[in-house]
Amino acid sequence: MRDNTYDILIIGGGVIGSSVARELSRYRLRIGVLEKELDVACGNSCRNTGMLHAGFTYKPGSLKAECAVEGNREFDQVAQELDIPFKRTGKVVVGFSDEDMQNILRFKRIGELNGVRGLEMIDKAKLNQIDNSAGGEFALYSRDSGILNPMLYNIALAENAHQNGVDFFFDSEVKAIKRQGEHFQVTAGDSVFSSRWIVNCAGMHCVTISEMLGLHGHQVKGFKGEYYVLDKKASQFMNIPVYPAPNAKGGFSTHATPTVDGNILVGPDSYITEDPDDFASTRDHMQGLVKDGSAIFKHMKAEYFIRNFAGTRWKRVDPETGDVLDFLIENRDDHPGVVNLIGIESPGLTCALPIARRVVAKIQEKEVLEVNNDFNPYRKGIVRFAEQSKERKKELIATDPDYGEIVCRCETVTRAEIVQAINNPLGAVTLTGIKNRTRACMGRCQGGYCETRITALIQEQCKVREHEVMYQHKGSGMFIGKVREVLDGE
Amino acid sequence: MENKDVIIIGGGPAGLAAAVQLYKLGITNILILEREKHLGGILRQCIHDGFGLQRFCESLSGPEYAQRFIDEVRELNIPYMTEVTVTEVTAGRKVTAISRRGVMEFQAKAVALTMGCRERTRGAISIPGTRPAGVYTAGVAQSYMNLANIMPGQEVVILGSGDIGLIMARRLTLEGAHVKAVFEVQPYPSGLPRNIEQCLNDYEIPLFLSHTVVDVKGHSRLEGVTVAQVDEQYRPIPGTEQEYNCDTLILSVGLIPENELSLGAGLTLDSRTKGAVVDEDYQTSCTGIFAAGNVLQVHDLVDFVSIEAERMALSIQECFLSSQFGNAEIEIVVDASISYSVPQKTTGKKDFTLSLRPKRPGRNCTVFVKQENVTIARKKFAKVLPAEMIQLAIPAERIDPEKKLEITLI
Repeated sequence: MRDNTYDILIIGGGVIGSSVARELSRYRLRIGVLEKELDVACGNSCRNTGMLHAGFTYKPGSLKAECAVEGNREFDQVAQELDIPFKRTGKVVVGFSDEDMQNILRFKRIGELNGVRGLEMIDKAKLNQIDNSAGGEFALYSRDSGILNPMLYNIALAENAHQNGVDFFFDSEVKAIKRQGEHFQVTAGDSVFSSRWIVNCAGMHCVTISEMLGLHGHQVKGFKGEYYVLDKKASQFMNIPVYPAPNAKGGFSTHATPTVDGNILVGPDSYITEDPDDFASTRDHMQGLVKDGSAIFKHMKAEYFIRNFAGTRWKRVDPETGDVLDFLIENRDDHPGVVNLIGIESPGLTCALPIARRVVAKIQEKEVLEVNNDFNPYRKGIVRFAEQSKERKKELIATDPDYGEIVCRCETVTRAEIVQAINNPLGAVTLTGIKNRTRACMGRCQGGYCETRITALIQEQCKVREHEVMYQHKGSGMFIGKVREVLDGE
Repeated sequence: MENKDVIIIGGGPAGLAAAVQLYKLGITNILILEREKHLGGILRQCIHDGFGLQRFCESLSGPEYAQRFIDEVRELNIPYMTEVTVTEVTAGRKVTAISRRGVMEFQAKAVALTMGCRERTRGAISIPGTRPAGVYTAGVAQSYMNLANIMPGQEVVILGSGDIGLIMARRLTLEGAHVKAVFEVQPYPSGLPRNIEQCLNDYEIPLFLSHTVVDVKGHSRLEGVTVAQVDEQYRPIPGTEQEYNCDTLILSVGLIPENELSLGAGLTLDSRTKGAVVDEDYQTSCTGIFAAGNVLQVHDLVDFVSIEAERMALSIQECFLSSQFGNAEIEIVVDASISYSVPQKTTGKKDFTLSLRPKRPGRNCTVFVKQENVTIARKKFAKVLPAEMIQLAIPAERIDPEKKLEITLI
């Protein structure tokens, strides 16, 4: 029988939960992650712009500012350790008016107070030199901003944690938490777990978990944003993220960002949502993105549209005034054994590891953690055939002929990569899981060519039947069964 | 690096017809490269009949139609390779292909692009809503059902009245699914009249014109769609929304020529056809690179794909014989009554067939091909439909090489 007793249980396998798991695996602890979905990176961790922020819009002294700057500085090493796609592209914040200039200068000063390096005001000539598609009379150039693949970052953190001994439990929604002396009894999915520590990394559901833990009074508010994903063909027109001047509160309206994989994202806009599971795109906001997106990126055209998505920043707010508050990482003396994370939203991706280290520090305030000398910070990603030289491609096929079978034509993803995505540690069991790991189905035909092949591979490799092939969430069966039952011998 | 006279990219109906024709014309140092396990292309999953009525004067299924060409390829011993994906074609006609055996490179005198087309997706037409399982393009659903024996769903709504959508309405019905309705955003169907009759009317599946899907619902699996009527600008009319519970949404909203390789070679594409710009020899903007079939323009009938590919093969042979690869300079332009024409250019030196598609349905119309005020060709039609391609012969002797060809449908 499985031993469900842990030193630390982390609730949520998003980028924060996975970071916490990875940082805690540096110590000799029994660690488990409880995730309600069938994979990691299913919530807002995979529904964002993929920006590595520099940290010039956050209030000096805030956790957001501190963690963003810290996370930004270390990311070259992180990307190398975890073998994930990352580019330090820099970013421009463009302005047209005196008011824009005032706001931009204000945030340049804030950035400098926060310790952001490489911030520079540039004129139109320099701006055109950096990116001639960017509109604007002048700009703030942020040298250290970058772009990364948020899904792969989340997956890499989780895989690395798993390699270092962390157990992941999927389809394990936490339904009840009971304190029993020094331990918590956690009912999740169909199982009961026991743990000395609980770390709440439940993202949009953080308040629900916080309430279960008996920590009352927190409130979050959902700022939803929608996106358009543009064809890689559109990326010839843009090589650096271009943001319009922020408003006085530091909020950016719709902007355009190249992704590290070569698409362009247009969005997000921002509006309030009440529902944590509301990821729908809406007609009005899609039209708004087309209108506002065209102002900042003149190639925002229907011929480049390949997909839409939406994500939500669940910000911690003051229940009295409604004011937006900083990230919260708390371990209260009246609630021992709990590290409660509330309102971890943007720039959560940039801040994930710094936040995780602060969680570790909270635990270390209460007990001495023994270092795990076997901890290995390195994780190897799936070798992407499309990105290799011709010589390397030949070698790959010679070593594994599966590299010679192209499954996804748009993104040139091979059978070898799909099989690895399925069979890697924490292997993908859903179509979306394979997409996130390999980029298959993410091109302009959106799976028209490869989806049938991938679902066949899921059936073959995972030994499941038609109706057991899942798209993304629990219950997202892609098929209802066979068209006709074929009898043996037919 | 292996040298070939002609590399044919794609072993579907266009590639097969081109190969057979080239071989019969004496051009035998050719090779068909096909990414699937079998030759035949998309026809393999088209198990309904109605293919070959023009060409063979009998109604064949897709696999049967393909097999006639595959048999010829085998009888003639025309070289082909399957499970080989071409990843690059250069303007200098160097072809790189990947297979389980390794990376192959060929230098071709001529390249025939016969890659067919792909389906327009939900993202391309910006359908709002959630992104659950159960949303399929018609061709993907057809592939699941007919090639993999997999049933995608039970309660079905179809958006778009393209032919594959209509065929799938019948197919799903025959296999026990409940097809609630087909919705088409245009005020007229985009599929062929015979398919409306045989796939919808015969099964009492309603078709609603000037309607579209305005919302998709469901977190895990599709739970329903909201449909609304649209005005002349295709904007949903508030107050006309209707809810349909369904677990499957099939999209049949258009086909796009598969031109990834053409782009890589730097060919000029036509923004209307989404295929290459060609002359009357089916030669693209790159000397020695030719295109025919659905990669050039999306056809209604496979019979026309085969004929077009055979014409291309003949042109390739003529170019080889004369050692002249044309330099077409006479432009062919269409007015607002016509969606596009193929070819888009001509040398004016040889007779050719002009293909075009009317923008709107019409009755008792005439296509005029003019050079300034001189009509050089005309053809009368009792009825025209956007779903049915129009073709007419253009005599070279009447073309004035100094002037462009202007086409109108009145």
